[in-house]
Amino acid sequence: MSSNSIAAPRSNSAQSPKYKRNKASHSSFEMIAWLFMRLSGVVLIVLIFGHLFVNLMVGEGIHAIDFGFVAGKWSDPFWQIWDLAMLWLAMLHGSNGVRTIINDYAERDGTRMTLKAVLYVASTVIIVLGTLVIFTFDPCPPGAVIDLPSFCTVP
Amino acid sequence: MWSWVGHRITGVVIFIFLLVHVLDTSLVRVSPEAYTAVIGAYKNPIMGLGEAALVAAIVFHAFNGLRIIAVDFWKKGPKYQRQMLWAVLGLWAVTMIPFLIRHLTIVFSNFFGGN
Ligand code: HEM
Repeated sequence: MSSNSIAAPRSNSAQSPKYKRNKASHSSFEMIAWLFMRLSGVVLIVLIFGHLFVNLMVGEGIHAIDFGFVAGKWSDPFWQIWDLAMLWLAMLHGSNGVRTIINDYAERDGTRMTLKAVLYVASTVIIVLGTLVIFTFDPCPPGAVIDLPSFCTVP
Repeated sequence: MWSWVGHRITGVVIFIFLLVHVLDTSLVRVSPEAYTAVIGAYKNPIMGLGEAALVAAIVFHAFNGLRIIAVDFWKKGPKYQRQMLWAVLGLWAVTMIPFLIRHLTIVFSNFFGGN
C-alpha cells in the first residue's frame, strides 16, 4: 500500500482550496433573497404569533378547532388575507432557507440540482394548493351535516 | 455558532411541519368529516407535547431571527451579539412559560376530564 494513493484531505470537497463550482452570476438575486429573508422574517413574527395565539390560546384552545372553526375564520376576508400572506411568506422564506442549506451541504452538482428540483416542485404544489383552498373554500358545503358554523342554514 | 446550528435545525423542522400543515388544512376542501376526523386525531397528549415542541422551535427561530437582523443592520449589533443571545433565550423563556401553562392545561384537562 503506497501512501501516494491516498488523496489529500478534502481535496475532493467543496471546502478544498480550489473552488470547483461555476462562477457566480452578476445578477442581484442573492442580495434580494438575503433582504427578503429579513423583511419576511419581521412580518412573519406578527402573522405567526397572531395565528398561534388565536388558534391555541383563546377560548378552548386546540379543542375548539374543527371544520366550523376554520369555516368561521375564512368567511372573514381579514383572516383569508392573513392566512394567504402567512402561506406565501412562510413558504418562500422556508424554501429559500432550505435552498441555502442544500447549497451548503450538497457538494456534487447532480445531488444539488436534484434536491433543489424536488424542493421547488414541493413548494410550488403547496403554495398553489393552499391558495386554492383559501379562495375556493365553501363554509357551508352542500350535503354536509356535522361541525358546520352556526351561520349555515342546514336543510 | 450553536445559535446558528439551532437556527438551521429549527428552520428545517418548521418548514417540514408547514408542508404537512397545509396538507391537513386542505382537507376542509374535501369534507367537514375528513377535516374534523384528522384534526380530532391530533387532540391527544402526545400530539399536544409535539405542538409544544414545535412552538418552542418557532419562538426560538423567531427571536434569534430578530437577533440576526440586528447584527446585520444595527451598527452596534456585532458588538452586542452575545448579550443579544441571552436576550433571545430570556424572551424565549418568558414567552414559553405562559404558553406552556395555558396550552398544556387545555391539552391535559380535556383529555382526563373527558369532553
Ligand atoms: C417567525 C418569524 C421568522 C423570523 C424572524 C425568521 C428569520 C430568519 C432569518 C433572519 C434567517 C437568516 C437568513 C439568512 O441568513 O440569510 C432565517 C433563516 C431561515 N428560516 Fe426563518 N424566520 C422566521 C420564520 C420561519 C419559518 C416559518 C420557517 C419555515 C417555514 C423558517 C425557515 C427558515 C430556514 C429553513 C432558514 C435557513 C437557515 C440557514 O440558512 O441556516 N423561518 N430566518
